[in-house]
Amino acid sequence: MNRLFINIARTLLDSVRDLMPIIVVIAFFQFVVLKQSIPNIEDILVGTLFVVIGLALFINGLQMALFPIGENIAYAFAKKGSTVWLLIFAFALGFGTTIAEPALIAVSAEAAKVAASAGLIADLAGARDSYAYGLRITVAFSVGLAILIGVIRIIKGWPLQYLIIGGYICVVIMTAFAPKEIIGIAYDSGGVTTSTVTVPLVTALGVGLASSIRGRNPMIDGFGLIALASLTPMIFVMAYGMVVH
Amino acid sequence: MTLLSQLFTTLLQTLLDLIPIIAIIFGFQIIVLRQKIANLKNILLGLFYVLLGLGFFLVGLEKALFPLGKLMATQLTDPAFIYAGLESIPLTLHWADYIWVYLFAAAIGFATTIAEPALIAVAIKAHSVSGGAIGVWGLRIAVAIGVATGISLGTFRIVTGTPLHYYIIVGYVIVIIQTMRAPKMIIPLAYDSGGVTTSTVTVPLVAALGLGLAGTIPGRSVIIDGFGLIAFASLFPMITVMGYAQLSEWRYKRNIEKPYEQENK
Repeated sequence: MNRLFINIARTLLDSVRDLMPIIVVIAFFQFVVLKQSIPNIEDILVGTLFVVIGLALFINGLQMALFPIGENIAYAFAKKGSTVWLLIFAFALGFGTTIAEPALIAVSAEAAKVAASAGLIADLAGARDSYAYGLRITVAFSVGLAILIGVIRIIKGWPLQYLIIGGYICVVIMTAFAPKEIIGIAYDSGGVTTSTVTVPLVTALGVGLASSIRGRNPMIDGFGLIALASLTPMIFVMAYGMVVH
Repeated sequence: MTLLSQLFTTLLQTLLDLIPIIAIIFGFQIIVLRQKIANLKNILLGLFYVLLGLGFFLVGLEKALFPLGKLMATQLTDPAFIYAGLESIPLTLHWADYIWVYLFAAAIGFATTIAEPALIAVAIKAHSVSGGAIGVWGLRIAVAIGVATGISLGTFRIVTGTPLHYYIIVGYVIVIIQTMRAPKMIIPLAYDSGGVTTSTVTVPLVAALGLGLAGTIPGRSVIIDGFGLIAFASLFPMITVMGYAQLSEWRYKRNIEKPYEQENK
C-alpha cells in the first residue's frame, strides 16, 4: 500500500514537472507582457489539476497496456510468419484508427465549409457531407497504406530516408498543381492522423517487428511508421482536391 | 455538475475513439493469430488508465489551457496591443513590431511540446530501445526546440507575408544534408518526431495563433496563411533531433580523442 502511494506521488510529480513550462510561459505573458490577471481562476486551477491527473494516468496506462499490446501482436505475427495477414492487419490498423479520429472528422467538416464557400462544390448540406466523407475515407486509406508500406519496409530493411525524401518531393511537386484551398488542409491532415493513442501503439508495433525479425535493428528499422503516416495523407488529400475540384 | 457531465462526455468520446483500435487488435489476435492475450487483467487495467487519463487530460485542457492560450494569442496579435505605445496604427507594418508574438510562439511551442503525451511515449520507447543512448529528456528538449523555432519562424512568415514554400524547401534541403551526415540510427526517430509533435496539446494553440495573426494583418488570408504553422512545427524537429544526435556524437568523439592525445604527448 505504501509503495503504491509512493508510486502515485512520483507519477503525479512527474506530470507537474512536464506541465511546469506551460504554467511559466502563460504566467509570464499574462502578468508581465499583457499585464492582466487570470480570468476564471477556479476553472483554470481545476483544469490544471485535471491535466496533471490525466497525464499521470495516461503515462501509467501507456506502459501497462499500449506498449505491451503493440509489442505482443508484433511478436505473434513474426512467430506465425504470415506476411499476408500481417499486411492486412497493418492496413486495417491504419485505416481503422484514422476513420473514427475526432480531429479528422472536425478537419474534414471544416474543409467542406471552406470548399463550399470558395465555390468549388455546391453549398448544400448533402454536397458538403459527401465531400467531408470522401476526405475522411481518403485520409484513412492513406494512413492504412502508410502503415502497410512501413511494415513492408521493416521486413525488407529498406532505408527510410529514400521513402520519406521521395514522398516529400512528391508533396512539393503536387503543391504546385493542387487547388490553393486544399493545400493548407492537406498539410494539416498529416498532423491530424497521429493521435495520442495511435502513436504509442504504432511505435511499439514497429519496434516489436524490427526486434523479432533477424537482421533488423529496432532503432534503424523500428521507427519510421509515424513519419510515413504523416506523409501519405498530404499526397492523397492533394490528389483528392485535384480530382474533386 | 457541468464539469462532471463534460468529463462524462469526453470519456465517452475517448471510449468511442479507442474501441475500433482495440477491436482490430484483439480481433486479429484472437481470430487470425488464435492466441490468448497474455496478462489480460493488467492490460485491461492499463487501458482503463489510458481512457481515464485521456478523459481528464482533455477536459483539463479545455477548461484551463485552451481558453487562456487562445485568448492570449488573440490579445498578442491584436493591433491595439502591438501599437499600444503609438498614437495611431501605422500604415505599413514593420516585422519587428511583432516581437512579442515571435517570443510567445517560441515559448508556447516549446512548453506544449514538453507536455505532449505522444512525444513522452516515443521518448520512453527510444530510450529503452537505444539502450539509454538517447535520453528521454534530451529527445523531448530537442523536439521542443525544433517546434519553438518552427512556430516562431512560421509567425514571422505570416507577418512578413513571404511564401510558405521557400521556407519549406530550404528546410527540406537542410533535412536532406543532415540525413547524409547524421548517425544512421537517429534518422527514423528524427523523422518520426516530426509527426509526433502535432498532437493533442500543441495544435489547438498554434492554430489559434496562426488564425489570429492571419485575421488581423491586412492582406493575409485565413485560409491560405492561417494554416502552414503545423507544417513548420513538423519540419523543424527533424532538424533539431538530427542536430542533437550530431552534437552527442561529436562530444563523444572529442571525449575519447582527448585522453588519447594526452597519452601520445
